[in-house]
Amino acid sequence: MTKTLLSLSGISKQFDGKAVLDELSLTIDDGEFITLLGPSGCGKTTLLRMMAGFELPDRGTVTLSDADITQTLPEHRPLNTVFQNYALFPHMSVFDNVAYGLKMEKRPKAEIRERVEEALAMVQLEDFAGRKPHQLSGGQQQRVAIARAVVKRPKMLLLDEPLSALDYKLRRTMQVELKRLQRELGITFVFVTHDQEEALSMSDRIVVLKDGCIQQLGTPREVYERPANVFTARFVGQTNFFPGRVTRIEGERISVDVFGLRRELSKPSFRVVMNQPLHVLLRPEDIRVLAPDDTEGVAGKIVERNYKGSTLDSVIELEDGSHVMASEFFDEDDPTFDYSIGERVRVSWVDGWEWLLAEEGNEPLTDEEELAADDAEH
Amino acid sequence: MGWLSRSYLALVYLLLYVPIVVLMVFSFNDSRTGYNWGGLSLRWYESLFNNHAMVQAMWNSLWLALTAATVSTLIGALTALALHRYRFRGKRVLNGMLFVVMMSPEIVLAISLLGLFLLLGLKLGYVSLLLAHVTFCLPFVVITVMARLAGFDERLPEAARDLGASDFTMTRTVLIPVIMPALMAGWLLGFTLSMDDVVVSTFVSGPSYEILPLRIYSMVRVGLKPEVNALGTLLLVFSLVMLMVSQWILSRSKQ
Repeated sequence: MTKTLLSLSGISKQFDGKAVLDELSLTIDDGEFITLLGPSGCGKTTLLRMMAGFELPDRGTVTLSDADITQTLPEHRPLNTVFQNYALFPHMSVFDNVAYGLKMEKRPKAEIRERVEEALAMVQLEDFAGRKPHQLSGGQQQRVAIARAVVKRPKMLLLDEPLSALDYKLRRTMQVELKRLQRELGITFVFVTHDQEEALSMSDRIVVLKDGCIQQLGTPREVYERPANVFTARFVGQTNFFPGRVTRIEGERISVDVFGLRRELSKPSFRVVMNQPLHVLLRPEDIRVLAPDDTEGVAGKIVERNYKGSTLDSVIELEDGSHVMASEFFDEDDPTFDYSIGERVRVSWVDGWEWLLAEEGNEPLTDEEELAADDAEH
Repeated sequence: MGWLSRSYLALVYLLLYVPIVVLMVFSFNDSRTGYNWGGLSLRWYESLFNNHAMVQAMWNSLWLALTAATVSTLIGALTALALHRYRFRGKRVLNGMLFVVMMSPEIVLAISLLGLFLLLGLKLGYVSLLLAHVTFCLPFVVITVMARLAGFDERLPEAARDLGASDFTMTRTVLIPVIMPALMAGWLLGFTLSMDDVVVSTFVSGPSYEILPLRIYSMVRVGLKPEVNALGTLLLVFSLVMLMVSQWILSRSKQ
C-alpha cells in the first residue's frame, strides 16, 4: 500500500505575466523515484523550487504528510535539495559543507562528526573531508552535494538536473549510484531532467511536462510504449509517425489504411469513427527492413546508414517522400542485413507493435520543442 | 623582448621609482639641505618624532582613516547587498548617483559639504571630516562589493536556507564569508583614500583636529625640511605593509 507523501493541487504560477505553471496537480508517493521531464521552460524547475519553498505559488496548495506547507519557509521544510551546479559553500571544507545542516539543527558535536563521516562514506569520499570544494572534480563535488543533502535524513530529496554538468560516462555511473542510494535510504526522490534517457532508466514514474501542464504521468514503460499524445511521443525517444485512416470497425478490431497497406489492429482506447485519420506510431526498433522482393511492406530506398555499435540505424525514404527511421540489432547470420545507401528495400513491422494516437488538430511541434526534443536525444 | 621594448620598460620604471628612491635616501641624509650628501643619520626621524604637532596629526589621520573606512564599508556593503538582491523603484537612479559622487570633481564635493556643514551649524573637526570621508569612500566600497556579488552563486544562500539556516544565519555563515575579500578590498581602498585626501579635508577640517596631509602641506609651504622625507619614507613602508597584508589575505581566502 503506497502512501501519499507530497501533494500539489491546483498550482498556478506566473512570472512577469507569463504562466509557468497552470492549474497543476500531482501527488508523490512515499519512497518512489519520480522524475519531472520536459524541455527547458516547461516549468519543471519552478515546480521543484516550489516543493523546496524557494517559490510561492500564486494559487494552489502544497501538502506534505497531510500538513499544508504552502507558505512554510524553506528552512522549516523537512526536504533537501541537490542543486544543479552543486552550490557547495566555497569557503568551507567538505566536512563543514556536509555538517552545515546538522549544525543548524544544533546537534551535539560527536553526533555531527559521526553522521557526517557516515554520509561521506556512503558517497565514498571519507578521505576527502579536509579538502575544499575547488580541490575536487565535478563528480566528487556532485557527491558532496548529495551527502550534504541526505545527512539531515529528509523525507524527500529534490534533485535539480544534478547530472547535467558531468560527462557522459560519469553521468552513467552517477545514475547507478543515485539509484543505489535511493534504494538504501528509502527516501523519496524527485528528480528534474530534460534527458529522456536518464528519466527512462532511473524512474519509478515519469511526469512529462510542457508549458506548465502535465502531458503524461506514468511508468517509464507506459510513457515510452504508450505515449498519451504527440508531444510525449516525440519528446521521449524517436518515433515514426505514419498517417493512417480507419477503413473498417468491427467489435474490438479496426482496419487501418497505412501507405496503401491494410492492417488489422485492435481498437484504441479513444473513440474512432470511419475514415478518421490516425497517427500510427512505430519506434525505430519496431521497424523491419525487408528485401525488395518481399511481398510484405512498403517500398522505399535507404538514404542514410549509421553504425551505432550494437545497432545499425537507417533512414529509409518511401515513395511518397516521407522518411522512416529504423534501428536494427545485428544478426550476422542474415545475409540481407547490410544494405548500402541507395539500395531498394521494403519497410514493415510486426502487427501489434504499433501505437495509435488521434490527430490533435494538426498542431505541429514548434521549432523550440523540436530543438528541445533533439537536445534530449543526445 | 627586443632591446627597444626592454629599455622602454626600464625607462618607465625609472621615472616611477627614482623620485621615491631619492626621497628614501635623503631621509637618511645628515645634511640640512636637500641637494648634498652629508653622511648617514637618523636625525630627521628623531626630529619628526619630537615634533608633537606632527605626531598628533599622524595619529589623527590614522584614526580618521580607520573609522571612515570602517563606517563606509558597513554602509557600502549593505547598499551593495540591497542593490544586488532587491528590485525596487529608483534602483537605477540610486546606482547612477553613486557614480556621480565618484566622478564629480573633488572640489565640488568639498564646497558642497562645507556649505552643508555650515548650514547645519556643525562645528568643523573630527565629525565633519568623518562624514566627508565616508561620503567619498562610499561609492568605491559599493562598487567593489557589487563586483564580487555579481559573480556570487545565487544558489548558495538557497542551499543554506534549504539546510535549515534562517536568513540571518545564512548571511552570517555564508554570504559574508564569501564576499569577505571584497569587504577587505573595499575597506583598504577607503583607508587609502581617506589617508591621503587633501582637497576635501582642507575645506571641512577645523583647527581642533589637524590631519597629516594638511600638516605636511603647511610644512612644505614654509620651506622643504628633510623631516618630510623621513615622514614620506615611513608612509611608504606603512602602505607597503598594508599592501602585503591585503595580498596575503586574498591569497589565503582563495585556498
